[in-house]
Amino acid sequence: MAGKSYDELLAEYRESIPEMDPEQVEETLGNEADVTVVDVRESDEYRAGHLPGAVQLSRGFLEMQAAKKLPEQDARIIAYCAGGVRSLFAANSLRVLGYTNVTSMKGGFTRWKQNGHPVDVPEALSDQERERYARHLSIDEVGEAGQLLMKKAKVLCIGAGGLGSPAAFYLAAAGIGTLGIVDYDVVDLTNLQRQILHTNARVGDPKTDSAKDTLLALNPDIEIVTHNDRVHSTNVDELFEGYDIIVDGCDNFPTRYLVNDACCKHGIPNVHGSIYRFEGQATVFWPGKGPCYRCLFPEPPPPEMAPSCAEAGVLGVLPGVIGVLEAIEVIKIILGKGDLLTGRLLTYDALEAKFRELKIQADPDCNYCGEGKEFPGYTDYAHFCGV
Amino acid sequence: MAATIRIPTPLRKFTDGKSEVDVEGGTVREIFDDVENRHGGLKDKIFDDAGEVRRFINVFVNGEDVRHAEGLDTPVKDGDELSVVPAIAGGLGSRSRQV
Repeated sequence: MAGKSYDELLAEYRESIPEMDPEQVEETLGNEADVTVVDVRESDEYRAGHLPGAVQLSRGFLEMQAAKKLPEQDARIIAYCAGGVRSLFAANSLRVLGYTNVTSMKGGFTRWKQNGHPVDVPEALSDQERERYARHLSIDEVGEAGQLLMKKAKVLCIGAGGLGSPAAFYLAAAGIGTLGIVDYDVVDLTNLQRQILHTNARVGDPKTDSAKDTLLALNPDIEIVTHNDRVHSTNVDELFEGYDIIVDGCDNFPTRYLVNDACCKHGIPNVHGSIYRFEGQATVFWPGKGPCYRCLFPEPPPPEMAPSCAEAGVLGVLPGVIGVLEAIEVIKIILGKGDLLTGRLLTYDALEAKFRELKIQADPDCNYCGEGKEFPGYTDYAHFCGV
Repeated sequence: MAATIRIPTPLRKFTDGKSEVDVEGGTVREIFDDVENRHGGLKDKIFDDAGEVRRFINVFVNGEDVRHAEGLDTPVKDGDELSVVPAIAGGLGSRSRQV
């Protein structure tokens, strides 16, 4: 049996498949509720812009995915492609699959757009981003939607030191769109045992600049905002403005309490990490969802009770563990996936190689996060180094 | 009741460097009395003048904060694990500083 040529098939489909021009399609969409618009172009064409509400079902996967993506077989379906040919072939395939009410749009998306009809341009990753984040895109919990959430996220790291280094490093790699870094210090040789954002050549440089260079070298597609400043009561509101999540990687009580209090005031999650010698702690303080730092520790210790600076010290790798735990919690908050450390203080003892979990609860009478409490204002605690 | 109490790093100088101490007592208060008998000086660091646990320190029995149980009267059973968890500033370098 002789086969049919392309021209013959096309003529046959033009004859047998109903077609509408874009104006008729728009009118139909305005008048009828249960119409499914199917975009049969490839996914990159769809991402560049499509009819509002259109379902994307590439011609190549039509038979395989129709049952999953399309409604009942007698539902009203309008198929379109770029110019109106592929959609005729697609409509025929749908007809073969048993769909009884399929129309093809004449002139396709090109004419639809030319004639000024509404177009949805979905937020999408660039091809380069799709490649960079390929190992994220293949995880259901992240996918393109999750990656776009990370791209839109604004995360502020307090400190570019031991904890801030690994946290910011991985958050930058993961594609957090805007990463703020607050630090007023300069890189010191004693930092380099653990602060992996910095380098020997940058000793003496501001940590914010050094951090920015390293992070952009890893991922030039994100924005790094540097705040070369101390956190204090008069600038904390301004510093935090616009950020969705705070990563507390600081190394002193006055800043910890300011960070906590500002997160309570603004209702933003405070991803917490702290380290001492071989021990680390991590949790998520999130006002309204769990305790804040003050529910756990209402006031900082007096200077005479704090460990002396001579005793202070930390195994260089330890902040790596805790900072990375902080980064993971940040990403889970952004994606809305998994169980956060909210209400749980995770402790890690490196010498014993043991993680433990302590339950921490919100204090309903907490002056900072308790419901209905008026914010008591910020406190600048004195800086001290115990003796 | 025989229990163990975990000592945070900054306070291990009072326990000869030990991270865990075996203790006896039927309540949290009795446990701390026993700790004091074995390792003098620790209690002063954990309790204030009024005999309450200092506000920058938390005590947990099997992972539960005693402040949300019966405080120092929280009962302790055989084999329980107590933890003393102080606020930790962070990874202090050679000097205290503010970012």
